[in-house]
Amino acid sequence: MKVSIGSLIRRVFRWYTQEPKTFIVLVAVVWLCLYQMLAAISESLVAVVHIDHNGKLSEALRFFLFEAPKVLLLLAGIVFVMGMINSYFTPERTRALLVGRMEGVANIMAAGLGVLTPFCSCSAVPLFIGFIQAGVPLGVTFSFLISAPMVNEVALALLFGMFGFKISALYLCLGLSTAVISGFVIGRLRMEKYLEDWVINMPRTKAMVNDDGIMLAERIHVGLSSVREIVGKVWVYILVGIGIGAAIHGYVPQDFMASFMGKGAWWSVPLAVLIGVPIYANAASIIPVVQALLAKGAALGTVLSFMMSVTALSLPEMIILKKVLKVELIATFIGVVACGIIAVGYLFNALM
Amino acid sequence: MREIKVLGTGCANCKNTVKLIEEVARAKNIAIALEHIPDIQSIMSYNIMSTPGVVIDGKVVHAGGVPTRSKVETWF
Repeated sequence: MKVSIGSLIRRVFRWYTQEPKTFIVLVAVVWLCLYQMLAAISESLVAVVHIDHNGKLSEALRFFLFEAPKVLLLLAGIVFVMGMINSYFTPERTRALLVGRMEGVANIMAAGLGVLTPFCSCSAVPLFIGFIQAGVPLGVTFSFLISAPMVNEVALALLFGMFGFKISALYLCLGLSTAVISGFVIGRLRMEKYLEDWVINMPRTKAMVNDDGIMLAERIHVGLSSVREIVGKVWVYILVGIGIGAAIHGYVPQDFMASFMGKGAWWSVPLAVLIGVPIYANAASIIPVVQALLAKGAALGTVLSFMMSVTALSLPEMIILKKVLKVELIATFIGVVACGIIAVGYLFNALM
Repeated sequence: MREIKVLGTGCANCKNTVKLIEEVARAKNIAIALEHIPDIQSIMSYNIMSTPGVVIDGKVVHAGGVPTRSKVETWF
């Protein structure tokens, strides 16, 4: 029985090669139905578990049962769509788009492309050198490198799931602005000489794109495999994150965070950024924790700067970058981005 | 004897690529000399922008992400 269900699913998934458009519509409809029914399903699950309704455990469990399915479903949807878009914006194409643009405009494009181009932290260095080699200015390259890990599909899916549209849109805008401005500042500082010598001496290459003109069905294939790859890797972190978040919801007293992560404490934003640097976690496990802290009285700006600092400034990435950048440039990079993130934190605290 | 190099700074994807190529070659009974190149300077000399990359007999055949098994099979 199990085998036949497996082969049935496989047959459905193969069918998209013949009818890609119908497949997308069908998937979208199924996804939307599931998403609409989710609250009811979680409600009945909570009822089944059946523990005393005012207890701490039930508070924690309720958070977990409501958030985990919703966030995972959202993530799968967004990763699928982004995977399809990613299949168009290969690093080579992105580079060709950026070469020869005016600085400023190029910074904005680079930050935007950072969201759309597939990026993994182990590819950061080859990408960096590839950009520089083809003549993309240093500051523009940095705009890309800052936005790519900070404003990615996983972060946006989780933010949207747990905080709603307004805050995720704000995060997107402020994250992009941080990347654009930081990159622009680094570009103005004329730090090209602080690249490692072998990078400066590398032969120049031309930015070339070999257009493979892939079909819709192949894009669906890419989308599906990125769902398998990303969701398959990240779901554990999400569940751990939501688990910690649930524990905070149930057991940490109300307004506990207000005293040291609230709006009143001016030093909390820089401190949050400082704590965030050595922490190397992905957005997947940080966001649910952040959401729980928020519910306990932490200020939104403080919490978001913490999140940005965890994702955009990470120690392992610095160690990898050390192979291509001299210490002065790394320090400048950290300094400029940290200032940007701190500014975002204060801005959020003032606005919300 | 095919000479194969996997280019990558040593993340999980690189290791999986190495493993996959070994598996496919063994299944097809093809003799290969497989080498993992972690050094960034050597990686960049192949002109790729995303890792892991795969080089067969001096030619780049793949860059970015773990290749699919069917893609690896076409190499042999």
